[in-house]
Amino acid sequence: MKKHNLVSRLELTNITKQYPGCLANDNISLTLMPGEIHALLGENGAGKSTLVKTIYGVVAPDKGDIIWNGKEVSIKSPSIARDLGIGMVFQHFSLFETLTVSQNIELCLSKTQLNEIGDLAERITHLSAEYGLNVKPSRYVHSLSIGERQRVEIMRCLVQSVKLLILDEPTSVLTPQEVSGLFGVLRTLSNEGCSILFISHKLHEVTEICHKATILRGGKVVDTCIPQRETPASIAKMMVGDLAEQDAGYTKKEGTVGVFNVEDLSLAAKQPFGTTLKNLNFELKSGEILGIAGVAGNGQDELMAIISGEDERSVKNSLSLDGSDISDLNAGERRKLGMAYVPEERLGRGAVPDMSLTENTLLTHSQGFIRNGLVDWQSIKGYTSELITKYKVKCHGEFSEAKSLSGGNLQKFIMGREIGQNPKVLICAHPTWGVDVGAALAIHQALLELRDKGAAILLISEDIDELFLLADRMAAVCDGYLSPVVKTETTNIDQIGQWMAGTFIKNTSASDKQEATA
Amino acid sequence: MDSDLIVQILFAAVKTGTPLLFIALGEVICEKSGVLNLGQEGMMLMGAVVGFLAAYGTGSAGLGVLAAMIMGCIMSLIFAVLVLHLGANQVATGLALTIFGTGLSAFIGSGVVGQTIQGFQPIAIPLLSDIPFLGRILFSHDILVYTSFAMTFILMFVIYKTRIGLTLTAVGENPHAANAIGIKVLRVRYLAVMFGGVMAGISGAYMSLVYTPMWVENMTAGRGWIALALVVFASWRIGRIMLGAYLFGIASIMHLVLQGLGWSISPNLLAMLPYVATVIVMVIISADKFKEKLLAPRSLGKTFDPRQMA
Repeated sequence: MKKHNLVSRLELTNITKQYPGCLANDNISLTLMPGEIHALLGENGAGKSTLVKTIYGVVAPDKGDIIWNGKEVSIKSPSIARDLGIGMVFQHFSLFETLTVSQNIELCLSKTQLNEIGDLAERITHLSAEYGLNVKPSRYVHSLSIGERQRVEIMRCLVQSVKLLILDEPTSVLTPQEVSGLFGVLRTLSNEGCSILFISHKLHEVTEICHKATILRGGKVVDTCIPQRETPASIAKMMVGDLAEQDAGYTKKEGTVGVFNVEDLSLAAKQPFGTTLKNLNFELKSGEILGIAGVAGNGQDELMAIISGEDERSVKNSLSLDGSDISDLNAGERRKLGMAYVPEERLGRGAVPDMSLTENTLLTHSQGFIRNGLVDWQSIKGYTSELITKYKVKCHGEFSEAKSLSGGNLQKFIMGREIGQNPKVLICAHPTWGVDVGAALAIHQALLELRDKGAAILLISEDIDELFLLADRMAAVCDGYLSPVVKTETTNIDQIGQWMAGTFIKNTSASDKQEATA
Repeated sequence: MDSDLIVQILFAAVKTGTPLLFIALGEVICEKSGVLNLGQEGMMLMGAVVGFLAAYGTGSAGLGVLAAMIMGCIMSLIFAVLVLHLGANQVATGLALTIFGTGLSAFIGSGVVGQTIQGFQPIAIPLLSDIPFLGRILFSHDILVYTSFAMTFILMFVIYKTRIGLTLTAVGENPHAANAIGIKVLRVRYLAVMFGGVMAGISGAYMSLVYTPMWVENMTAGRGWIALALVVFASWRIGRIMLGAYLFGIASIMHLVLQGLGWSISPNLLAMLPYVATVIVMVIISADKFKEKLLAPRSLGKTFDPRQMA
């Protein structure tokens, strides 16, 4: 990219946005050239989302100028942004589930655009083939997987021939294969001159695909770099400010006694697009972390639901804690026996959105805070604010409503709350999903500390790096089957990756058949 | 039962079903945008009394309908400002609107109770009304009945075939996403609520100008509530609303028919039929979680405040 003979695609100067109690963007300036893939990095609450929403016209800045292709513009609404050629793929997708792909896309287009396109379905099919997106226009969005939905969002931008595509943590919901597919699309777009603004937490992805990076901290630009010349560790350092050990290489431990057992667990899918669990067997020992890898939607949610007791169907003798069958107990009774959970969905399952953090603490933490049937608000408040300080949860205080926290901060709070109960068995899904580097480190250490105290931890995650970092033993799920469980030191990413793709299944079903005939 | 009686019953079903059709069409549009307006009964009563007063004063039933439409619109605007602008709870505000409308209509109509006027006269449509059976059942009515036919087909076209319908569905389905792609959610909702008010006004006018051309306190007798049930019964589909309106119409005149046949069943028991039917439909829909998800507007009854988007 030769800057001197090109007009910049987008130039931001001194963008400032003040929210009550927080300066989200503080004099942010940024330049993007045509075809440039630019990473926007920073911890949760650093102001990345606010900044991209300003560019997309969702948030009005208090101060600062936006220069688009050399001309100063005022982007007052997303429709103005789209008319300029700015498209955005949101972290939480903005699709309408009861409408078809083509209807969803149509809603974003103006009448003139529609007339230009003519047959929208044909155009979608054409673009889909051109970029390898594999999006069928007539399908209903509710029947699509997360990765497919994201491709619909990208398609929505492509149909309008975008000049700047903004992606808010696009890879956090994708499988490794989907990620490489996405990167292929982004590279093609970049070659065609489309600029891309890319928000991510995954630093190796940034070094892999981005041409430039701007690092935000506390609403300010603290650094810029060319990611290809950096390492994930050096970028992480810029993000958190102090030295964060990215790959600390924690010591692996061997569990002592079996605490929690899953035996011959088979369970039909409850949801129309759910996964049927097929004859799962594993033992969770105290003092170990057992990691379960897998691409989303291969039975993790179902496994989590049956272990936590959220799925109320009981499979006799399939689950046992300390040798006694717990499959008839409900979620509350299991918690009383010393089990704790961190579900994938933070708002709605991990926390009640409209309730304060204090009340949310009380929900899973009733022992000790209720005396003679009365709630001891004083001590629960104190405890909650301790959690907030310990896990650096960014919020107004222990009275903040759960829904007012950003995803990563709420995750920190929920992890802290569950770990704080000193559970015998902790089941957690995606513990650091959407959490920034600094906080992820804190969560990792808290998990290891809990393990060293003798707790048995089941870690379900899509982040393979994290599993290799934390888990003492590992397995993978695919299509409701569980692979063999092996020690982390004795396996490698290749093998786990193959298991995630289901290479072990043939053997399993073959042995099933043998058992059946025997 | 001879064929003449059947024709008469079906003719009466269309007539009793028409006010339900008007108000339910208004409510379904309102609900499709994600707003639940429980003030139907109040808006309808205000439409009925104002329509009657205007027709009584001017001698023109047409002006009566116009006045009723304006009144219905004003009532719905009060609701819209409270719910959409000030973020009040939809259920509580809707109930308050009904109570308010019931009381106010009785107050302003007290002077004309028992007075009668010349309402709309039936117009037999040439040719169509000569069709055996159907002609007498469908095409020998007054102008408002024909308007309700036309409204149904216009709405079916608008909702299922146009961009406007797509936008409305999108807003009711996911207002946050709609806002993010630049749809003015509150504006869509304002318009939908006001449309509901206008339709409730016409429905009220139908009661006091055609059905029984007079004003009696609380003359709508719960039709606003039946309409709410009807929308659920029809699972938010326009065509089914028309069908349901006439079915509910038959149910509400059933006691007269049965009496004519010499059976005696308490009319109160028969008056329950629309509600029983609605409950049964609800159970059937809910049995399939997935289907239910596809039918009811997802954001129904939930407040949306674009200022909270950050």
